[in-house]
Amino acid sequence: MRTLLDPESVARGLRRMAGEIIERHAGAPDLVLVAIRRGGLAVAAALAHWLGELEPHAPLLGSLDITLYRDDASTALPNPRIGPSQIPGSLEGRHVILVDDVLYTGRTVRAAIDAVMDYGRPRLIELAVLVDRNGRELPIQASYALKTETLQPDERIDVFENSAGIHAVVQAKASPTIPPGAARPEVQ
Amino acid sequence: MTQERIRHLLGIDDIERETAERLLELAETFLEVSRRPVRKVPALRGKTIINVFFEASTRTRTSFELAGKRLSADVVNIGGSSSSTSKGETLRDTVNTLDAMHADVIVIRHAASGAAHYVARYARAGVVNAGDGMHEHPTQALLDSFTIRQKKGRDFRGMKVAICGDIAHSRVARSNALLLRMLGADVALAGPRTLLPNAVESLGCRVYDRLEPALDGADVVMMLRIQRERLGAPLLPAIREYARTFGLNAARLKLAKPDAIVMHPGPMNRGVEISEDVADGEHSVILNQVEAGVAVRMAVLYLAASEPGAPTTDG
Repeated sequence: MRTLLDPESVARGLRRMAGEIIERHAGAPDLVLVAIRRGGLAVAAALAHWLGELEPHAPLLGSLDITLYRDDASTALPNPRIGPSQIPGSLEGRHVILVDDVLYTGRTVRAAIDAVMDYGRPRLIELAVLVDRNGRELPIQASYALKTETLQPDERIDVFENSAGIHAVVQAKASPTIPPGAARPEVQ
Repeated sequence: MTQERIRHLLGIDDIERETAERLLELAETFLEVSRRPVRKVPALRGKTIINVFFEASTRTRTSFELAGKRLSADVVNIGGSSSSTSKGETLRDTVNTLDAMHADVIVIRHAASGAAHYVARYARAGVVNAGDGMHEHPTQALLDSFTIRQKKGRDFRGMKVAICGDIAHSRVARSNALLLRMLGADVALAGPRTLLPNAVESLGCRVYDRLEPALDGADVVMMLRIQRERLGAPLLPAIREYARTFGLNAARLKLAKPDAIVMHPGPMNRGVEISEDVADGEHSVILNQVEAGVAVRMAVLYLAASEPGAPTTDG
């Protein structure tokens, strides 16, 4: 296991990303952050915090479970534990920023775009991630990424949050998922 | 993450408590889908669901149909009189035919108790029981418990539920009693002595031949439909007498807790088992039950229609 991003660099990076978002959206009163469950929850909450520091009005924050939109939804074993999707009102005409921890194959993001469209037609959709790694299977790219990383196919990135903040680490794909003591908060 | 497929849902008697609770959890997700601008998810795209209703039903069939369509499945309805059964085809042949059409799920309602089990024995498709004779109606029980959860919270322990009316002929009562007992509720059954089944004690409920003791302190009051076809028969002589002794009205409802909810599986006989003012009153959650019905059936169909396969990577 090696550390890719420690809590300080995540905080610094997300603050910089918040500035970039505000610049690109001219303050963007129509901004909605939509976290992709569950990996995007902590990242979206932190990003919303920094956006709130820079702008008088904090952006709307929502979350999305994409299970029912997966391209293998009807062939993979069904997932009986689907988390809640909480979208603050209609997304019609909004600037939506999807937030996830890692961009990898692009399939999750494809599903998330479809899901977002079912809540109204946004003005535009962007994608913000902590880590953009190689291995894309669809023509999808991040609008904002803290770090771009080339990994071996047998490596995996784990993002988790503890009292110190958000960490991103590289693990062997075979190793158990979430490191002990890690907690991922719910987005309300 | 636990992954599981429920191939058939034949009765509450056939499932574990864990499965029931999982379905109720999952229904929360689908309730959210039903309230969005686009009330549809692509989860069952390319799957075929066939509703075979040998017994007339509008609301259950519509509810299953909507549930399937909101999951993006192709849904076909076959009614008893329009099916080949009226031309003498056996249930076994009907099942074989539907299998040959590559149905992924068969939803069946039949007047014979055990029909769904029979179909499940021969079908390749998943089978969902939408009511079989006087046996079970599992999705009704699930949607009723879902509605109770929404109003009264997830913990059913110590919750007092009164189920009142024609207990003997009611698959709704039977499935509900089984599920509510499984979830830990204290269930009271009340009805005229002629309409209480034999060996009713085996359901583990309190049993009364009057309405009042069942209503006393109840959190939930569930009224059953009096089937008019049974009226006038020796079991149930007069409709007005039934309404007077076993009908739920505002005065009787006062026996229940002040915040009690009133349920009815529909269709209602207003002025018979339930009075007009109670049916439309603030305690009534009858329309919530209808909304819950679609969400619960989406959960059941989703788990029944999905195929086992390898889980894929995220990213």
